[in-house]
Amino acid sequence: MEKNTIKVGMADLNVTKAPHLLTTLGLGSCVGITLYDEVNKIAGLAHIMLPSSKEIKNNENKAKFADTGIDELIKSMVKIGANKNYLVAKIAGGAQMFNFNSNNQMLKIGERNIMATKEKLKELNIRIVSEDTGGNFGRTIVLDSADGSLYVRTIGHGEKII
Amino acid sequence: MLDVGNLNHFMIDILKELGNIGAGNAATALASMISKKVNMDVPNVRILEFKEVAEVLGGEENLIVGIYFELTEDVVGNMMFALDMDSAINLTNMLFNRERNDRQLDEMDISAISEVGNILASSYANSLSSLTGLKIFISVPSISIDMAGAILSVPAIQYGHVADHALMIETTFEENQNLVTGNIFFLPNLSSFDKILTALGVN
Repeated sequence: MEKNTIKVGMADLNVTKAPHLLTTLGLGSCVGITLYDEVNKIAGLAHIMLPSSKEIKNNENKAKFADTGIDELIKSMVKIGANKNYLVAKIAGGAQMFNFNSNNQMLKIGERNIMATKEKLKELNIRIVSEDTGGNFGRTIVLDSADGSLYVRTIGHGEKII
Repeated sequence: MLDVGNLNHFMIDILKELGNIGAGNAATALASMISKKVNMDVPNVRILEFKEVAEVLGGEENLIVGIYFELTEDVVGNMMFALDMDSAINLTNMLFNRERNDRQLDEMDISAISEVGNILASSYANSLSSLTGLKIFISVPSISIDMAGAILSVPAIQYGHVADHALMIETTFEENQNLVTGNIFFLPNLSSFDKILTALGVN
């Protein structure tokens, strides 16, 4: 079967079955959360922007937040045949793109996005098997639903599979 | 709830005028810096969905330059100046009187681009300040050269608190054959945005 690559935009999520790929381009302070069910070969990817839907009034878009984004991603994966108990996670992103000496909480949003993501996954008993987070550079990621491998590409900071 | 996607024409006109005055001041400053005539187009105010933001600058993985500022005093928030590589190279050609386009940015170029970003951001802050009577201090610039998606995630996230759209002011400068398109993201926090609208009498 031909492999399709499904693009996931900012504040968006999508799921697929083997052999297709899921990708999100140019993650900065946002976090790319990938979930994978190895038994059923089902993959999911969410590109979240903010840590918590509870801090914000305008929270209809579930994929925008770590907490509701993960819930929604699991729901979508289960719908196409994934088993929630088989899911493992890989995460990437959460960079701080600009540096200032001040204590601006806005700049630490990447770090807060990662923390919120980890907290939510822990709460759901989903193990994080690998991550490529932090730093001050952007990342493009590609999740392969055939084996759950996550390819990370950067400009000037190399590429790897995690 | 405020969403920039719901801004009415009157407010967009005000922002456009603000952009116009700011860009005019910036063009004048730029012209006197390089002692040449700099032309400027009427700025374009664009309201974009998050997924469209990176496309304006050539797609999520395209290499771009972002210059970021902190705003303090009466207006608290940030401002960002973003330009693609062609514009960045043209800008340095303009500044250093060069013609080559097949080159990489060096330290000197990056520092010069930062400085122009600083002038531009200050021009906008000043025009906003004189229109509203609000005091605005602007920080030293912080610069990043990376994927458009990654750099633009910073203003997108700030808009993400209040909206599903981002507001961008696009300005094109021209000197001889050198075209420079700069994109300004103005990111006041929510209470500062209210303050600005109140000062302008549109709230």
